[in-house]
Amino acid sequence: MSETIVHNTGAPGAEERRSYFVREHHPENGSMLGFWLYLMSDCLIFACLFATYAVLGRNYADGPTGAALFDLPLVALNTAMLLLSSITYGFAMLAMQRKQLGSTLLWLGITGVFGVAFLSLEMYEFLHLIHEGAGPQRSAFLSSFFALVGTHGLHVLFGVIWLVTLMFQLKKHGLTPENGRRMMCLSLFWHFLDVIWIGVFTFVYLMGVLP
Amino acid sequence: MFSLKVRHGLALLPLTLLAGCNTVVLNPSGDIAVQQGNLIVISTLLMLLIIVPVIALTLLFAWRYRKNNTAAKYEPDWDHSTRLELIIWGAPLLIIIVLGLLTWISTHTLDPYRPLSRIDANRPIPESTKPMIVEVVALDWKWLFIYPEQGIASVNELYAPVDRPIRFKITSQSVMNSFFIPALAGQIYAMPGMETKLNAVINKPGIYKGFSANYSGAGFSGMHFKFHGVNDADFDKWVATTRAGGGALNRDDYLTLAQPSERDPVRRYSNVPVDLYKAILNQTIVSDALCVTPVQPYKLALADSPAALAAPVVAGNAVVEKGVQAK
Amino acid sequence: MLDHIDLTKLIFGRLTWDAIPFHEPILLATFAGVALGGIALVAALTYFRVWGTLWRDWITSIDHKKIGIMYMILGLIMLLRGFADALMMRTQQAIAFGDNAGFLPPHHYDQVFTAHGVIMIFFVAMPFVTGLMNYVVPLQIGARDVAFPFLNNFSFWMTTMGAVLVMASLFVGEFARTGWLAYPPLSGIAGSPDVGVDYYIWSLQIAGVGTLLSGVNLIATIVKMRAPGMTWMRMPIFTWTSLCTNILIVAAFPVLTAVLAMLALDRTAGFNFFTTELGGNAMMYVNLIWIWGHPEVYILILPLFGVFSEVVATFCSKRLFGYASMVYATCVIMILSYLVWLHHFFTMGSGASVNSFFGITTMIISIPTGAKIFNWLFTMYRGRIRFELPMLWTIGFMVTFTIGGMTGVLLAVPPADFVLHNSLFLIAHFHNVIIGGVVFGVFAAINYWFPKAFGYKLDTFWGKCSFWFWFVGFYLAFMPLYVLGLMGVTRRLNHFEDPSLQVWTIIAWFGAVSIALGIGSMLIQFYVSFRNRAALRDVTGDPWGGRTLEWATSSPPPDYNFAFTPQVHELDAWTDMKKHGYERPTSGFTKIHMPKNTWAGFVIAALSAVVGFGLIWQMWLLAGAGFLVMLVTIIVHTFNYKRDYYISAEEVVRTENAYTKLLSSHV
Repeated sequence: MSETIVHNTGAPGAEERRSYFVREHHPENGSMLGFWLYLMSDCLIFACLFATYAVLGRNYADGPTGAALFDLPLVALNTAMLLLSSITYGFAMLAMQRKQLGSTLLWLGITGVFGVAFLSLEMYEFLHLIHEGAGPQRSAFLSSFFALVGTHGLHVLFGVIWLVTLMFQLKKHGLTPENGRRMMCLSLFWHFLDVIWIGVFTFVYLMGVLP
Repeated sequence: MFSLKVRHGLALLPLTLLAGCNTVVLNPSGDIAVQQGNLIVISTLLMLLIIVPVIALTLLFAWRYRKNNTAAKYEPDWDHSTRLELIIWGAPLLIIIVLGLLTWISTHTLDPYRPLSRIDANRPIPESTKPMIVEVVALDWKWLFIYPEQGIASVNELYAPVDRPIRFKITSQSVMNSFFIPALAGQIYAMPGMETKLNAVINKPGIYKGFSANYSGAGFSGMHFKFHGVNDADFDKWVATTRAGGGALNRDDYLTLAQPSERDPVRRYSNVPVDLYKAILNQTIVSDALCVTPVQPYKLALADSPAALAAPVVAGNAVVEKGVQAK
Repeated sequence: MLDHIDLTKLIFGRLTWDAIPFHEPILLATFAGVALGGIALVAALTYFRVWGTLWRDWITSIDHKKIGIMYMILGLIMLLRGFADALMMRTQQAIAFGDNAGFLPPHHYDQVFTAHGVIMIFFVAMPFVTGLMNYVVPLQIGARDVAFPFLNNFSFWMTTMGAVLVMASLFVGEFARTGWLAYPPLSGIAGSPDVGVDYYIWSLQIAGVGTLLSGVNLIATIVKMRAPGMTWMRMPIFTWTSLCTNILIVAAFPVLTAVLAMLALDRTAGFNFFTTELGGNAMMYVNLIWIWGHPEVYILILPLFGVFSEVVATFCSKRLFGYASMVYATCVIMILSYLVWLHHFFTMGSGASVNSFFGITTMIISIPTGAKIFNWLFTMYRGRIRFELPMLWTIGFMVTFTIGGMTGVLLAVPPADFVLHNSLFLIAHFHNVIIGGVVFGVFAAINYWFPKAFGYKLDTFWGKCSFWFWFVGFYLAFMPLYVLGLMGVTRRLNHFEDPSLQVWTIIAWFGAVSIALGIGSMLIQFYVSFRNRAALRDVTGDPWGGRTLEWATSSPPPDYNFAFTPQVHELDAWTDMKKHGYERPTSGFTKIHMPKNTWAGFVIAALSAVVGFGLIWQMWLLAGAGFLVMLVTIIVHTFNYKRDYYISAEEVVRTENAYTKLLSSHV
């Protein structure tokens, strides 16, 4: 795709005719790489929060423990909401690849609904904990719990806002290459949050209820 | 550019100034500090093996290969030499291997937590010797020293007998500090709610400077004390004087002492509760009267949770107090 | 319910008239000076009618060259502030003995040393390094801009807004009194109840976002936008060090974001991460902050290692010795920098085995660093050295940094560190490597690339003055500190009892004065060069006989950098082109696709500063509303799909013909 400009080297004894300029050069698009890099930096923030939880997660300060607090059925429901939302986002991506705008928007909408359901359940859980005197100020364990799970929840919230915005943009501009890139980035973001959640419910909730 | 001789001469000039000052880190009076000072000298000499040639070559090459010196060879495309690369990576590697071994051994030998194995280079520790315990509390902005074996305490003054191993147990009341007597041994952080330990011995009588080596607030610059290394007789005399004339250091006195103050004069105490240090360390120091701000009791009642046993406020304090005394 | 809400509290939070330092003469005088200077600047801008140009061509610019220049200007301005702090500290330490309490009470002195460290690292060194990488890397790889030009603009303004918040703390409220890393419990709400640490947290969080995004940007640029034929091992060495630096940025700055957020939660929302009671652990903070902190200092030095490599090769008219070795050494340093962080707190009591491990890894990192120095040395060997200013700074670096590196390895031996930690010996060490390495490197880079950026060289005489004042000043200021450290003196003291120390602090003061003269000489150098720019003009675009592609453009380069993307065949692509007698194409130009300028970066960053200010002063209404407006602005910006335009073929022809004419006028 690059038409090279050939110049006579002119220098005596030069073995080959080297071209030093390219007429048309289109550098590869860096959006996916850039977004991956950002996502990995975000992953590092979560890594720090996990590390803090690992160090401080058993410092109950004579307060409530995970075993006492965690409502596993609720967490299971929450997890289901998030995992389903990942599946429905996948369907949205498939619809996009089939160039079906309506179907894409529908699946995005359902994803959003699952996301909001996740957030609502999480808000309920947090408010309940705070009401019971097990808010983040109670102990280092609870501080690190709320920070880790709360940060994840904030990311989901921003993901939902992004999703709604993208839906408007899809409606306005259709399934253009630029929108395709945006869908891919949100897809990465959404699935990444899913993976983080798997880490959360394993290390925080499941291991937390063990003695 | 400067000739090499001039440069080396200039570099050595500051050393003449050094002769006149008290570089205590290189000339300390405690065995641990002596070993650490020696380590600094040995490491520096090892590294000078690389540093001096590098600086010399830098100046030599800068001079020799300057553009105007057409006598020097010019090889613009010479950019690789396997032999040189081997030396460039190998020589520093060898030095680091030596230094690394030295590090591993000396870090273990000079671990502040490690009980002393010798009084100084010539004298090992006699079997029966037990170290003298000193409990150290960093306050804002002074130092409290408690001698549990002697039952006394002092502020901003530390006494210890020469050639007797000392085991310091160190904590802080509020923020991070660092307990440091350069003539005696290395420093170690003093942290609230945590205990660090330092083992050291002073080999020469004298009065030495001690201070905090970690910034801890407005009064930090005044947070220094005198460390008196004395012979056994003088040490016993000091203990006796303190016992006779010192004040009380019960919980309320301590709470007053813990209030921020700067450049405190020396104080001595003869009446020190046996569990005071533990209470300070566990951050459970409470007044002699009933406590007013207890730990928030946990409300959810669960049969198998030990926290459920936390009764209402007043009784809870009694539990805390009992717990402290029991420790 | 409404009558329970105090409206004043809601709107103004903790902000009261007491926050303005009416009783502090030094601050009032500073404010007067800044205000007058600001008014003079605004008047001048209005008089010369350049507001439009300022907005269109600079504030909203997405051109990596303009952004790079703005970073350098930010760094220079903050250097003056950070150095003023240094001069104040040196003066206090020269006079405050015995009964003389000096002129700075602890309340101020403690802010001064905290601000000095924060400003020098975050708002002088980082902007300089980022500015250099921004300006040079796209040119060196034959690209037209970075991968994400809009993000680049936003990153710059975020860094600037962080600086604005720090400067605001001078006049509204106060700054932290904790040291530049703000260890809890001192930096917790109990130890520092006032706004100082909050200024610290939010200015760094905002600047940190800018830096992180810059890191993402430059990695994507280097990976994706290299000219055809530029394989990894044909990349200029400065680009290699920039790549490693930006990987470090992306891998380290999130840790800073996380730990500062946790400190903020502790302070503002009563969390217990680093408190003493309720299960917190301050040691966690120390670990996290240094897991960021150590890679940070490599972020500062690696680009300058790249600069030295370029400068030595160019001014010795010789290929860089051991290019592959240099690349591997840089990568090894990058990886190892994550394995050494504990050497910053050997004295925290981690135990002998842990301490030894980190001590040994720290020593291992000196091996590739030493290899680099040897490689520069052997580049000089059998070269033809021209002592232009960049080379002078480089020789100064090689001598000075080596000494600093030695004291660093010394401090890496834990038992040695036990007696030298937090002493003036430590201060001398890190200033040795930062001034000898980062500062000398930045000045070498400025003298090296200034002609490229502005079209004329910098004045040599004032440049040499600057160099010698800095060189002598550094040794005068910091060698005494090594001595003081060996005399057992600790850092951050505002008063001394022992009179025998004073001779050393006075010598150090003279060193600071010499450095002040060095900075002054540099400012004069800029002014004199501007005045004489006709005589100092660089007509060819290659004033030094460079080896890399940035020298293949005019000085300054056109907006689009290259009319035709270069095709690379060898390392040192420009030398290769010159050797094979390439001919610059003078016809066949077509239109060029370029990104448009944007208001969004500046506006969003300014809003984040407003939100930061609101959070600092607990003006929840302002913070909340500001955040919402920010969110809406970001969303509005994402609805802008028309972000590019074309430079017409005619304009390219005009620009290129002008350059052709210029080249032919130079015989």
